[in-house]
Amino acid sequence: MSGINFDIAHFLAGTLVLVSFLELYQDRLYALLNVYAAHALVLAASVAWQAFVQDAPHLYVTAVIALVFKAIIIPVTLHRVIVRLGIHREIEKVVGVGTAMLAGMGLVALSMVVMLRVTQNADPLAREDLAFALSVVLLGLLMMVTRRNAVSQVVGFMSLENGLVLAATGAKGMPLVVEISVAFSILIAFIVIGIFLFRIRERFDTIDVQALDRFRGERR
Amino acid sequence: MLTIVLLCAAVLLVLAPLAVALAHRAAATQFVYGVSMIATAISLIAALTHLVAAASPENIVLPIGVPWLGSHLRLDALSAFFIVVIDLGAMTASLFALGYGRHETAPERVLPFYPAFLAAMTLVLVADDAFTFLLSWEFMSLTSWAMVMSHHRVPENVRAGYVYLVMASFGTLALLLAFGLLAGPDGLYTFAQMRAAHPSAVLGALALVLALIGAGSKAGLVPLHVWLPLAHPAAPSHVSALMSGVMTKVAVYGFVRIVFDLAGGPAWWWSIVVLALAGATTVMGVLYALMQHDLKRLLAYHTVENIGIIFIGLGLALAFKAHGMLFAAALAFTAALLHVFNHSLFKSLLFFGAGAVLTATGERDMEHLGGLIHRMPRTAFLVLIGCVAISALPPLNGFVSEWLTFQAILLSPQLPSWGLKLLVPSVGALLALAAALAAACFVKAYGVTFLGRPRTRAAEAATETDSYSLAAMFVLAALCLLVGILPGAFIDALAPVSSALIGEHMPTQIGAQWLSIVPIAASRSSYDGLLVFVFMTLSGTLAAWAIHRLASDRLRRAPAWDCGYPDASPATQYSATSFAQPIRRVFGTIVFRAREQVEMPPPGDTRPARLKVELHDLIWEAIYAPIAAGTSFAADRLNRFQFLTIRQFLTLVFCTLIVLLLVLAIWS
Amino acid sequence: MVLISNFAIQGAQMLLVLLLAPLFTGYVRKVKARLLRRQGPPLFQPYRDLARLARKEVVLADSASWLFRIIPYLVFAAIWVAASLVPTFRTGLMFSWSADFIAIIALLGSGRFFLALAGMDVGTSFGGIGSSREVMIASLAEPAMIMIVFSLALIAGSTQLSTMAAFMASSAVGLRVSLGLALFALMMVAIAENGRIPIDNPATHLELTMVHEAMVLEYSGRHLALIELSGSLKLILYVSLIACLFAPWGIESAGAAVPTLAIGVAAYIGKLAVGGFLLGVFETSIAKMRVFRVAEFLGAALMLGLLATLLRFVSASF
Repeated sequence: MSGINFDIAHFLAGTLVLVSFLELYQDRLYALLNVYAAHALVLAASVAWQAFVQDAPHLYVTAVIALVFKAIIIPVTLHRVIVRLGIHREIEKVVGVGTAMLAGMGLVALSMVVMLRVTQNADPLAREDLAFALSVVLLGLLMMVTRRNAVSQVVGFMSLENGLVLAATGAKGMPLVVEISVAFSILIAFIVIGIFLFRIRERFDTIDVQALDRFRGERR
Repeated sequence: MLTIVLLCAAVLLVLAPLAVALAHRAAATQFVYGVSMIATAISLIAALTHLVAAASPENIVLPIGVPWLGSHLRLDALSAFFIVVIDLGAMTASLFALGYGRHETAPERVLPFYPAFLAAMTLVLVADDAFTFLLSWEFMSLTSWAMVMSHHRVPENVRAGYVYLVMASFGTLALLLAFGLLAGPDGLYTFAQMRAAHPSAVLGALALVLALIGAGSKAGLVPLHVWLPLAHPAAPSHVSALMSGVMTKVAVYGFVRIVFDLAGGPAWWWSIVVLALAGATTVMGVLYALMQHDLKRLLAYHTVENIGIIFIGLGLALAFKAHGMLFAAALAFTAALLHVFNHSLFKSLLFFGAGAVLTATGERDMEHLGGLIHRMPRTAFLVLIGCVAISALPPLNGFVSEWLTFQAILLSPQLPSWGLKLLVPSVGALLALAAALAAACFVKAYGVTFLGRPRTRAAEAATETDSYSLAAMFVLAALCLLVGILPGAFIDALAPVSSALIGEHMPTQIGAQWLSIVPIAASRSSYDGLLVFVFMTLSGTLAAWAIHRLASDRLRRAPAWDCGYPDASPATQYSATSFAQPIRRVFGTIVFRAREQVEMPPPGDTRPARLKVELHDLIWEAIYAPIAAGTSFAADRLNRFQFLTIRQFLTLVFCTLIVLLLVLAIWS
Repeated sequence: MVLISNFAIQGAQMLLVLLLAPLFTGYVRKVKARLLRRQGPPLFQPYRDLARLARKEVVLADSASWLFRIIPYLVFAAIWVAASLVPTFRTGLMFSWSADFIAIIALLGSGRFFLALAGMDVGTSFGGIGSSREVMIASLAEPAMIMIVFSLALIAGSTQLSTMAAFMASSAVGLRVSLGLALFALMMVAIAENGRIPIDNPATHLELTMVHEAMVLEYSGRHLALIELSGSLKLILYVSLIACLFAPWGIESAGAAVPTLAIGVAAYIGKLAVGGFLLGVFETSIAKMRVFRVAEFLGAALMLGLLATLLRFVSASF
């Protein structure tokens, strides 16, 4: 792979990590969903570039799916959901921004060390893209762990999935069937979560996960 | 040269008992400090000649001390450099004390120990065998302890002395074990024999850990630093300056001697330990300093931070040396040594300033001072130079050593180890953070103490200090400027030290274009302190001239504008605690569990509002308090053995005898 | 001959930044006003403000010291020297090797140190507010800046700004992740260091919202003129820095002839125009942050700089 192609692919993968950090930094749900839309946008660009460089037309479909579903439809729908739930103002965090950022740095360092040591003999571009993809996955997990609000945990889960897509496209070859099935499973999960959220809200008047614990019957 | 240095040390040792005899005479202070000053000045010149001439090491064996060993003494480049550092500090401290010592209330408790302290430090630096080294080290600790306890009626000084004694003994124990390991089963106690013995990797690692504990605790590495902020403020100001600016450097010498010279070739992971400790020390030191409002305690915590910076340089040198990158190691090593020199200069200057403030106002607490720039203008100017130097601002000397350390960090990506690849940039970030926080700390210290309006009667009544103190401060301030403007000469003077311990030295700086310094290559980076200074002066003068010609030069004094709400009470200006509040909220909530509480009385109540700030020293609470509690508990339990009956004592003796006989039976 | 022309070009650079600084400030104000559908002050108003301040009498507080009077000159000297060493229309300035990027940041740090002391000098609570907030912001912005310098120096192989600018302008630099991270962090730090929205409002006088204005509250007359000029110089310094490192097209190299320098100057003025416009748009579209949110903002910039450096340490292709 020639220099400039290498660089652009790298650059887009790195931008995905940067946008993951931006997601960690966000305080308000509305802005978080916008940043997630940007996340999906960068993912779509990255997948499209991989399609161009690897000469694999089926990846263009993946890019279009990422663009349409994850960058447009899901954020817009979630926007409406949270406005109806009336929670579009604040996010409650378990740890502060500083600690979350430091933990994020540590996770990125960890994924660098792991990926670059384990894959000593692989193609250099693939190795480093995998390292970035693992970072995005870990940062998505970090977001799920450090937020109380169920919607932000869903956003973390979706960023995690974006990271997996990045890893799969970087590894040269992700059959369209897999992508379609993954996308549909996401859609189903999303519908279920949406219904769940409304039922929970109806029942308990809140979707703060910690408050839900109180009703589980296990006092802490 | 070595004989001259030893003679001066002997003069100082003779002066100590003489001072005991003379202590109650009126002229004793002048005599003792005057002779100390002259002796240290001569010793300084001798050591400087040895260093600059890059002379070969000199050896002497004296027939005193242990019978079959004698006392081996050696002056090589490393010793010569450190002797220069301590004698410069000692000379200026003696000059300062000629004026300051007149205000000493109990001279007989300070005068005998002062020359002994100076002599002990010199002897540590020229010692060439383990016995002489440890003996002089302990002597140094004891004499400084005696001076810390000189005002023993003050309860916090008593506590300070106790903690100091415990930590010093603990450190000496560690060093004893280290030398024991290096000497081996054959008892090779001289340094020359240890060097030739080429210890194994395990032995070297143990020596490193013990040297870190022993020398590190004396230098002030976190978490062994706890005695430093208690003991340094308790001593008289010139002694504090010596302890902070000079004795910590003797500890650094001890570490360098053991780890770089005696323990054999460094393993790659040694630098990880040193760098991690050093990074933590740097940031913790300055954060502690920001929370203080006692001037001397603030300066003592700052010493901890600067020791961290020195050890960062030493850690980098170890990393480069272990991987065979000798030029980079020389750069890092020279940066660390230059910072040793710079720190002794500006820390002594700042402690002298604190001493001057203490004699003029009787106060050490910043919250009771203020407005001293009007009443002590010359002291204020010289202390300002010290503050600018310690905040690492160009064109003064603090910036040069920090710049060299950054250049060494920029050479580190070539290191192959993964741990170092992740640790070095983090340590670089910590160093930059500490430098910025240090500037904040000294804006606070200088601003609250010297600027603003006086907060108490004592501050209002302050007068300028005597000319001896001012002379001492002036010498140090001039040196700060000199090292900042002409760093090349000082870097070249360090070349013999670097050659001896690392094997390479930095490229010769004299002869570089326009007197700049070029640490690696001209295409990569360079810095010209002289040009920056000239540029700044020219720009400032040009601006002043242009303003004078083009603008109005009328000036009128009036009450402060204060946005239309002027208040005559000086209590409305910012205090040290309020100044540190934003930083306390950002960093202190995690590092010190800082909590603030404002008790606001209800409207109509005339009681003042109270601000309560709660800080926890987490290192003390996590490490030292449990150990102290455990020791107390064990001691209480063991105390019962004092009050047994005669029959029980006899039973004890009887059981011990039976056990020993059993051991003999089973093991023989 | 060469020596004289080099001297002349260095002098021209110093004069250029000094003369353009108030114009740039006026331009940003005009852009912000126009975006808010106001007419706004004329472009050359800052020059008139400086002239008016210079003509006025200095009113000095009773408790102000000699340090208070010379600090404006010290601050101006430090910032002007720093601004003269950032390549604007030509790299390889005559004295550019005397102070590299780290030294330039430290010079700006000196300016800030003395300004914070000035805030403490008169002994009012406003000065204290300004100084304490300023040093808190600086304690995070300066390490972030050093991390950015590290990552850029590791890419360009040198800490000299001229060498870095020449490297960025050449084709040897690729599209690197660290560069993107460094650019993002540099923009965040530049906004913090210059006291623009969302960190500090340069047009406010409410104590809840001021940082820089609180420190210089007691200054008047020619002293205030020097301090305002220093502030404008600092802003133009940061924009030139971003331009020479991340948009180096049009910077002439060291051996260029005098007519081609005119192209360099024109390119520089174009970059200033674009930069000023973007700054105006950004300031208008975002609200000012609470003081302690600034710490999180700058902490994020520090983390991004650290990440960029870490990536460069880990692999040379990042």
